Amino acid sequence: MGFMVVIGIAVARLRNLFAVVMLTGIFSLTAAVLYVVLDAVDVAFTEAAVGAGISTVLMLGTLALTTSEEKAHESGSHPWALMLVVVTGMALVYGTLDMPPYGDPTAAIHHHVAPYYLEKSFGHTGLPNVVTSILASYRGYDTLGEVFVIFTAAAGVLLIIGRAKFGRRRTVRLAPGELRDSMRQNVILRVVSKLLIPVILLFAFYVQWHGDFGPGGGFQAGVIFAAGFILYTLIFDIDTARTMISPRITRLGLAAGVLLYTLVGVASMLKGGTFLDYSVLADTQVKGQHLGILLVELGVGITVASAMVSIFFTFAGQER
Amino acid sequence: MMGAVAAAVLVSMALAIFRSIKGPTVYDRILAVNAFGTLTVVLISVHGFLSGRPEFLDLALVYALINFIATIAVSKYVEFSHMGRPSGGDELGDI
Amino acid sequence: MALVLDIVSWGLLGVGAVMMIIGAIGMIRLPDVFARMHGAGIIDTLGLGAIMAGLMIQGGLSIVTVKLGLIVLFVLFTGPTATHALARAALHGGVNPQIDEPDTGVEDKDQGNVSSKT
Repeated sequence: MGFMVVIGIAVARLRNLFAVVMLTGIFSLTAAVLYVVLDAVDVAFTEAAVGAGISTVLMLGTLALTTSEEKAHESGSHPWALMLVVVTGMALVYGTLDMPPYGDPTAAIHHHVAPYYLEKSFGHTGLPNVVTSILASYRGYDTLGEVFVIFTAAAGVLLIIGRAKFGRRRTVRLAPGELRDSMRQNVILRVVSKLLIPVILLFAFYVQWHGDFGPGGGFQAGVIFAAGFILYTLIFDIDTARTMISPRITRLGLAAGVLLYTLVGVASMLKGGTFLDYSVLADTQVKGQHLGILLVELGVGITVASAMVSIFFTFAGQER
Repeated sequence: MMGAVAAAVLVSMALAIFRSIKGPTVYDRILAVNAFGTLTVVLISVHGFLSGRPEFLDLALVYALINFIATIAVSKYVEFSHMGRPSGGDELGDI
Repeated sequence: MALVLDIVSWGLLGVGAVMMIIGAIGMIRLPDVFARMHGAGIIDTLGLGAIMAGLMIQGGLSIVTVKLGLIVLFVLFTGPTATHALARAALHGGVNPQIDEPDTGVEDKDQGNVSSKT
């Protein structure tokens, strides 16, 4: 954790924004290691995929559109602001003094909620991975909201900087042979990516379906799947990538995932249960839960992958 | 023994962070982040062994992957100052 | 037999740890960014490879060993590729590699033996 403090201070003080982006990447990696040490593997998984990879890439995309140095602060010091921050910080620390010590076995949360989930989860859902069962079944409504949030974020990005404005056509067009020449220099990268991208996509599928038994699930799988396409876009041209996965597909994917999730909920309503009650979807409760969680995670994965891909395309396709 | 290995990895991480903060050019920093990512993969694997949970290895594989993609993305950005379209290479990444 | 395997695996782990530190020190002390890539490369290949090999021997024949082998294979493929992309970017960006001047000992010999020519 000392690493994180050092990195945090350096992030705040360095004005060179590019260095800041790099350091933020390292910060995410240390955070993920911390999560691993704390035995929270699923969170570490997501933090690794999103924080260290996608965030760095997207922040670079932003840097490409703005300047690379932070403006110096002209005004002098603000004593009132500093005091307000210090007072708030002290109040927060005082508030945490009331909380039970870290890892205390007599803390309230360890008595009612957590043991219930830990004991009953396998009986109710038949899945060894408690995180997935909580995420997709016990708190399924929450996850539906999260998927909607991802969908809205992607839609927002597409709306704000998606299309070129009227009259702003792309003036830089490659000469007919230029693409081939510049690509020919990249032989190593091209060959290695062509070897790796199928493996990456396969790994994404593995993480998606294996999320019931090990760490993984829809969110992580979606990010890994998008990472494969991002790699393809980085090595080859964005036009080539766009012909492969056109904006229509990503838009469809964005909506399809959310729709699938909601339809599962509606289907369980139609079968006589409440919204998102998977138990009524099949003969036995466990089979119904399995089916419901499977479909729901698939919906999450589709939406997350489409969102990441479309956001990346939007950022990368901007001219300076 | 595993503890010694983990300590060695932590020391290497500290050195990599030092290079990433100090590195005069931007490429030093990218290199430091790449090395840090590899060190993280090792640390997770060793820790997974120490605590007897082999599920961590999926996580290590994802880190290796993300590390690779991020390094390539950053290199492309610095080389071409964009991320999908060659612009003639006149924008030098001299930050 | 188990003892031999244990010793081999500890040995590999030790070698890997030492390689990591050597690579990291190399990254700090080498003079040029291209030279520092060598240090990072040591971490990628020897450091990670030796440690993972040690862990694989510890793990025996199980899925853990297969996953570790996959990680090693993956990093062996992608580590040098990432360094290659970085080196290309650095060369493109105008960083000149630091090259030592070759020895020019010819003029010194001439200066010392002028008298023998006449």
